[in-house]
Amino acid sequence: MADNQKMWADLGMNLELHDMLCEVLPGAIGDVFMSQENRPEAMDYFDMVLADVHGLRPSELVEFRKNGGKVFGTFCAYVPDEVIFAAGGIATGLCAGSQFWVPGGERYLPANTCPLIKAMLGARFDRTCPFYRLADIYIGENTCDGKKKAYEILGTDVPMHIMDLPQMKRDKDYLKWADEIKDLIKVVEETTGNKVTAEALAENIKKINAKRAALQRLYSLRWKENVPISGTDVLLISQIAYYDDPERFAAMVNKLCDELEKRVADGVNLAAGKKRILISGTPMAIPNWKLHNLVETSGGIVVCEETCTGTRYFENFVDESGETLDDMVQNIANRYMGINCACFTPNTARFDDVVRLAKDSKADGVIDVNLMFCQTYDIEGRSLEERCKAEGIPFLGIETDYTDNDAQQLKTRIGAFIEMLG
Amino acid sequence: MAKKYIGIDIGSTASKVCVLEEGSDPVYEVLPTGWNSKITAGIIKDDLVKRYGDIDDADIIATGYGRISVEYADSVVTEITCHGRGGYEMIGRDCTIIDIGGQDTKYINVKNGRPIDFLMNDKCAAGTGKFIEVMANRLGLTIEELFELAEIGKPISISSLCTVFAESEVINYMGEGRSREDLAAGVIDSVALKVATLVQRKELQDTIIITGGFSNNEFFASLLSKKLGKKALAMPDGRYAGAFGAALLARERSKKA
Repeated sequence: MADNQKMWADLGMNLELHDMLCEVLPGAIGDVFMSQENRPEAMDYFDMVLADVHGLRPSELVEFRKNGGKVFGTFCAYVPDEVIFAAGGIATGLCAGSQFWVPGGERYLPANTCPLIKAMLGARFDRTCPFYRLADIYIGENTCDGKKKAYEILGTDVPMHIMDLPQMKRDKDYLKWADEIKDLIKVVEETTGNKVTAEALAENIKKINAKRAALQRLYSLRWKENVPISGTDVLLISQIAYYDDPERFAAMVNKLCDELEKRVADGVNLAAGKKRILISGTPMAIPNWKLHNLVETSGGIVVCEETCTGTRYFENFVDESGETLDDMVQNIANRYMGINCACFTPNTARFDDVVRLAKDSKADGVIDVNLMFCQTYDIEGRSLEERCKAEGIPFLGIETDYTDNDAQQLKTRIGAFIEMLG
Repeated sequence: MAKKYIGIDIGSTASKVCVLEEGSDPVYEVLPTGWNSKITAGIIKDDLVKRYGDIDDADIIATGYGRISVEYADSVVTEITCHGRGGYEMIGRDCTIIDIGGQDTKYINVKNGRPIDFLMNDKCAAGTGKFIEVMANRLGLTIEELFELAEIGKPISISSLCTVFAESEVINYMGEGRSREDLAAGVIDSVALKVATLVQRKELQDTIIITGGFSNNEFFASLLSKKLGKKALAMPDGRYAGAFGAALLARERSKKA
């Protein structure tokens, strides 16, 4: 940890403030993760990554940069990691899931902005996250008005490239997104000094697909009658997916899946006597485990997340048959345009996703969780509720932020919902 | 001695107790919750022991916001499930329940005797008992007096969604010298409107009943009915719906086991 202190100082972090963040993490990990019973042994790796969240991976990135490597910070499941890795860069998610960063963000943003966006600015300007310091350039996207305008403020402190994501899904929008990916290729080439060759891109399409395959395998295992892993543990894995080395991450997830297959065969079932819950809605960035913890301590088990820290991140593969660079870029564009975010209109395909996933995961009910002031998901929630009810799927809508001040009310609502399913 | 089934509903403002015994009508008690739910739970226990002797053989379910403080309860059930069960039993058929509590307003839809959907107001206190309490204090009235004055007043529109801001709004009107009955009418009208706005997002069945602290108030029921465009029924024992439901659930669980 002494090495960490030096690294953080070298990164220009505010050590005093950062120590306060480090102090609360072990308690939170104990309460949320270690208190769970009968966890798979292969969670060890993910526990280790979490326990040293600001040390382990950042020190790898420091080494990488010493040798001239460039790090790209991203915020969204729409940003294609493939092209960044193909240029020899590293993509890392910049999470913003802690209330700790929110007051810092409120110095720059109106109070009625979503906590994720506030935390994003707080983490950067308070200098309390090594990942925000390590990224040479941030890749933003206009998935909501809040982020779009906040990136303008962020851009005063760090180089930014914004991708213009279409908000409809017509043929021309797929072409437009391919164009945006071509612009991103130019940016990553300029930043790294390396060309994105057809060969490198083909290789990295396979690499990121392999990571998606590992996550798909993990989810298919928790959809079994016998659930071999808690939702809280899977959420942590989905969060780590954004910033870990993709190949090592896929290997570790597959190793865990081997163990989970055995657990299923041995009859381990964490869902015994519990209600199976699908969570849909807005992303849950590390260390936001609030809803999973509430559900899983109130007689439920989370069996699926239809979120950006869930299925939206890994469903659908990039077609690997492209031979030319242009074909590959279009294939990448097609895969990412298949993600169903509330920033699109219409977005009924997301309702289809929720219904399909609820069936596949054998969910007893859906809890739609939206971060406060996330207008698109909030407005869409009503239509999602109608669709779920039409399909006979019990539904609960929740709006919340990163604070604990509504924990008791939420416990009552979630508890009542689970009683209702009983 | 007949087996007893006891429901204890520790609300944010008032705590309610219901004792069920075969062959007798339910017996209700109410007391203020005070500042410590554990102490309140202790007072309730002492009182039960005084009235019934030993309660070790009784099946007890605790509910309400202080439910975990009732350490001698056999189990805890959320107030949504309990109000649903109790309200259904009181009216004797499927219904939509509007529960106005001290800190929450709830919508509960009961079909085939079971809650199938619910909604709670978000963190804000508007449209709850707390709002009425704050405004009554501001106007120097008891809650009963506030309702009485409201009946003869002409409602002044109070538009703020936040209790704190609404209080400022009322203070402004007081500064203008508006009458107390018009302000009281405005307060009650605003609560009815906020409750109606909340529940109208959801399905309202033909039978709508009111539970919670103001459930026996015919004036409030008629006002809410007007806002809903549908008849909402006042329930004389509606404030005990949660405790009654908890006692019924205790009885059902014991029969199942």
